[in-house]
Amino acid sequence: MDAVSAAAREVAVEHGNLVARPRWRDRLSPVQWVRSGGLAALLFALPMLLIFTAFSWYPIVRLVVLSFQHTNLVDPPTWAGLDNFREVIHDPLFATAVKNTAYFAGLALLFGYPIPLVMAVLISESRRFRGLYSALAYLPVVIPPVVGVLLWKYVFYEPSSVGLFNTVLGWIHLGPYGWLQSPGTAMPALVVEATWANAGTTVIIYLAALLVVDSDLYDAASVDGAGLWRKIWHVTLPQLRGVLLVTLMLQIIATAQVFLEPYLFTSGGPANSTLTVLLLVYQYAFGNSVGVGFGQAAALSLMLAAFLAVFALVFLRATRSWSTA
Amino acid sequence: MSAFPRSKQEEVTGGLLTRNEWDRRHIKWLFGSSQVLLFVILVLIGLGPIIWLAKGAITPTIDTLRNPLTLFPHGAAWSNLSEAWSSVHVGRYFRNTVVLAFGSWLCQIVVAATGAYALSVLRPAWGRFVYWLLLGTLFVPTIVLIIPLYIEIVHPPFIDHSFAESYWAIWLPAGATAFNVVIMKRFFDNLPRELFEAAHIDGAGPVRVFWSIVLPLSKPILGVVSIFAILSEWKNFLWPFLVLSNSPDRQPLSVRLPAIQAQTQLGVLLASMLIAALVPILGFLIFQRTFLRGSGLGGALKG
Repeated sequence: MDAVSAAAREVAVEHGNLVARPRWRDRLSPVQWVRSGGLAALLFALPMLLIFTAFSWYPIVRLVVLSFQHTNLVDPPTWAGLDNFREVIHDPLFATAVKNTAYFAGLALLFGYPIPLVMAVLISESRRFRGLYSALAYLPVVIPPVVGVLLWKYVFYEPSSVGLFNTVLGWIHLGPYGWLQSPGTAMPALVVEATWANAGTTVIIYLAALLVVDSDLYDAASVDGAGLWRKIWHVTLPQLRGVLLVTLMLQIIATAQVFLEPYLFTSGGPANSTLTVLLLVYQYAFGNSVGVGFGQAAALSLMLAAFLAVFALVFLRATRSWSTA
Repeated sequence: MSAFPRSKQEEVTGGLLTRNEWDRRHIKWLFGSSQVLLFVILVLIGLGPIIWLAKGAITPTIDTLRNPLTLFPHGAAWSNLSEAWSSVHVGRYFRNTVVLAFGSWLCQIVVAATGAYALSVLRPAWGRFVYWLLLGTLFVPTIVLIIPLYIEIVHPPFIDHSFAESYWAIWLPAGATAFNVVIMKRFFDNLPRELFEAAHIDGAGPVRVFWSIVLPLSKPILGVVSIFAILSEWKNFLWPFLVLSNSPDRQPLSVRLPAIQAQTQLGVLLASMLIAALVPILGFLIFQRTFLRGSGLGGALKG
């Protein structure tokens, strides 16, 4: 019995807790177990236990096993050792995919990290239209991503002169540009759309954090003669520190898993310039004949998952001392 | 309309700018112009694409292709919408999407509510262990599990039957969303336990406590989980695309839209896309508070 559950028990006893009876008695007979609510707890937890075992915990274990196996969907799997990992790492597309994913994540930070912060600070200063503004900022988030991508692909990024962006640029005699057709602009084009589609969530998170910034701090800073910029720098940003770090981590983790945009916009092209890690996983698994590359796909998925888990833990640990206000 | 209630006092103080600063001319000008700019940008990025989509959906394809920024040079084509609904079978895909979203919602809400009740209120000895396992799965992105999940659906253990092409392959895995259980457990943790004790003394069993006390008190969190469950299934692409790949008639809108794009006129395609976007947009306008509160919650808790 660890300290926390001991404490919980004491609290339960103190409050005369009758729904959750003491269950820590040295071994209960089945009848006592049922009477004390053990059966009820098990039955209530059963849907959760079954669903998570089947569709979360078992697949996690299976992913690890698969990455060490030669698998196709027909023959019984055989032990592969590190073969899958070796094949993935020696695949020239692996380096491309990692580089592209890092590029996507970096660009997404460049566009998507400062803009929501500036917006949230401005929105929270608007007393009258705060609700309207936050609704407008969030609206793109609720549009189904497939609709967003198709709209941008066939209307905004249309490469001929009737594409929306090309029409506007045509007024000043520029273009037409093939946004998605050239290796140099394809990835930035994807990032712009992804930022449009996702920035609203970050804006709302910052707005919620800004609401709890103590207004006395602003008043105190004003009394001390701080101007607007110094207040932003010395009060607003430090107060948002914790949230800023969390959104930074969440955004890196989310962009490392980018799949839909490169898949629907460019299928990884042109010249593999938008091939991301998850697109490569998809190509291994379902690209040619389904099942042949499941081992490599599992190995690459596992590497990504391990990287992200380690990143999250290291990030949380490294920033722990800064993030507590 | 306003998502955040504001007090009278807040109008005077409580922000970045004090009364004094509002009175200074250059600051007033700076903030005034930044507010105008903010409004224009927000309308442009928030509303612009939707309005353009709505306009394109009822514009003849030929006009959209020739003059994308001209407003109805040759009148509106409402027929795009009816053609999308019936000839392109968007009506059927719409119903598929509704059925998928409803089933996924039901599975998520049942798993999260009963599971969180067991962990938070009934508190079995093994509850903490299960809770740590749930928290652990938060570190594993769902998308890296598609390979083992796919194999499990096509060749399930113990059962000699493939669940591919069946809606169960989408409904049941949707229930394994650890975040739902975690936020619901935290909500239940904050309910007053005295109520449960009182109910128990009055002879209510665990089922009665769950149904008549916990659930009615938990409407806010049930609303948040429901809205995000429905929205995420409505947006879902990859998983239904994989497991329903051989039955186009059973696929949801997200999967069908890219598939019909090549053989569909632009105007009709835009009408189909508008139909797909309409439900989440209307839902957002109606349940704005829940949406905005919920996504703020997501950021706060994921940390």
